[in-house]
Amino acid sequence: MIKLDNLTKIYADGTEAVREVSFEIEKGELCVLLGPSGCGKTTTMKMINRLIPATRGEIYIDGVRNTDLDEDQLRRNIGYAIQEIGLFPHMTVGENIGTVPVLKGWPKDKRSKRAKELLELLRMDPDDFIDRYPRELSGGQRQRVGVARALGADPPILLMDEPFGAIDPITRVELQNEFLKIQQEIQKTIIFVTHDIYEAIKMGDKIALMKEGRLVQYAPPADLLYRPKNEFVAGFVGADRALKGLQLIRTKEVMRRDFITAKPDEKVEAVRERMEQEGVDQLPVVDNEGMFIGWVFASDLDKGEAIKDSLSTSAVTATRNEVLNEALSLMLTSGSKVLAIVDRDNRLEGMLSYEAIQGALMEAAQKEEPR
Amino acid sequence: MLEAYRFVIRHPEMLAKWVVDHLWISFVAIVIGVILGVTVGIYITGKGKQQLADLVLYFAEIMMTVPSLALFGLLMLFLSLMGLSAIGFLPAVITLIVYGQLPILRNTYIAIREVDPVMIEAGRGMGMSERQLLLKIKLPLALPIIMAGLRNAMMLIIGIAAIAALIGAGGLGVPIFRGLRNARMDLIIIGGVSVSVLALMVDGLMALLERWITPAGLKG
Repeated sequence: MIKLDNLTKIYADGTEAVREVSFEIEKGELCVLLGPSGCGKTTTMKMINRLIPATRGEIYIDGVRNTDLDEDQLRRNIGYAIQEIGLFPHMTVGENIGTVPVLKGWPKDKRSKRAKELLELLRMDPDDFIDRYPRELSGGQRQRVGVARALGADPPILLMDEPFGAIDPITRVELQNEFLKIQQEIQKTIIFVTHDIYEAIKMGDKIALMKEGRLVQYAPPADLLYRPKNEFVAGFVGADRALKGLQLIRTKEVMRRDFITAKPDEKVEAVRERMEQEGVDQLPVVDNEGMFIGWVFASDLDKGEAIKDSLSTSAVTATRNEVLNEALSLMLTSGSKVLAIVDRDNRLEGMLSYEAIQGALMEAAQKEEPR
Repeated sequence: MLEAYRFVIRHPEMLAKWVVDHLWISFVAIVIGVILGVTVGIYITGKGKQQLADLVLYFAEIMMTVPSLALFGLLMLFLSLMGLSAIGFLPAVITLIVYGQLPILRNTYIAIREVDPVMIEAGRGMGMSERQLLLKIKLPLALPIIMAGLRNAMMLIIGIAAIAALIGAGGLGVPIFRGLRNARMDLIIIGGVSVSVLALMVDGLMALLERWITPAGLKG
């Protein structure tokens, strides 16, 4: 557990970067520090590992004041990932990940075992990547290695300063999803800095919203959205907060699981009949193993004898852990009315329709307290 | 040209001695110069040493502008006052060290100062001590630029070492100045060409060394 007690930072020139900030982060929780630039969120984070010394106030880590610990030892037990990633260009991926383990004096075989483990955790093939240099990686791969490096010596606490900031939006969403999955497994105590409200809502167990060095509201994302403490919070989360609330819901919570399908070898007539019975104009096509192949549309049924002749295979899919607003944007950009939800092996698990999203939206709007 | 060739054929041992002397003075000067220059260069990148750094670099620049002959003269005076040998090897090496300092010092200083602050922040944030930051991050990243300064210094030193013959330190300056005194074109050519060839060869070797020690991740 991390406890910030009256934390204050005043710079030599009199700038008050952080003013009397107090809150607690439970073990295994992901706490997002959110706010506009210059609100003191990064300064607050850097006071935890003492990259910036606090002017007043204390930080306790599991009951021990962080200033009572040796500075370097403290930092070696707190993983650190930054926006610019900062991979060392003269070291391989394996050596980068092994930075803290080397400082901690781990033997070589333990280090390389750990590096391989972490690469696998972040879905990078160790044999392919461990000996590569940072310049031989794509932006997304660098971010992954940056996260792996922060996890290098398996620290109980992670500080992440806009860790997914420097990549394109698609890779970013992908990494966010994967990181959430990883966090479920590793259960670290995480302080995550971002200025992106969407990222904060999606990633945070709790959000600490800051403004001009002060903590404005510290609450779970849903509370921040639906029970904003004051005008600033309401303004920051925005008028479209119901829409933002879609970030809090995953496709598996609203998708239809009792769907009917068609098989590629089926005769067109049988399928047309089924569509008419159900009152739908498209059906998902799956093979005998239940793998999703594509859609068949009522308007295409005249193209041939079997379903496979009128099949459209260029369909977009999502996974059950996709958050609703991303699923929605997938539907909007691909122009499909229904989204197929598949598992990792492309097995069809469910269907997501506009109606389902609308229902979730209306439910979320009801949570809002009248103001 | 022909005379020069005949001379070399007749007296290969003389040319060999000049070359060996020349290389030896240069080698000693560069080794001491690198140790001194890199150490001082790293030292003046430290926190709160900005003024000292400016002063040191300014001083090194001034030393470069002093004509080498004048520097030899000054050193002879200085060394004899200290009761040390005022001619020969010692003053020659000291002068060459001084001339090599500016490129080594300046490149070391700039290279270390210019290391991406993100790297330093990452290193420090993961718990590296100042010493580990220097050895594991700053020096390896600065190495290519330091090496460029070293090559630069090497060229300077091999060239100026020819003048060391004037204070009895031997080397390829011997045939050059002897030729000048006696209007012997062949000796001047032998000395001059040898210095150039030597400089090019050493530069080639340094280029190889540079490739060899540049960290693999930094090679383009």
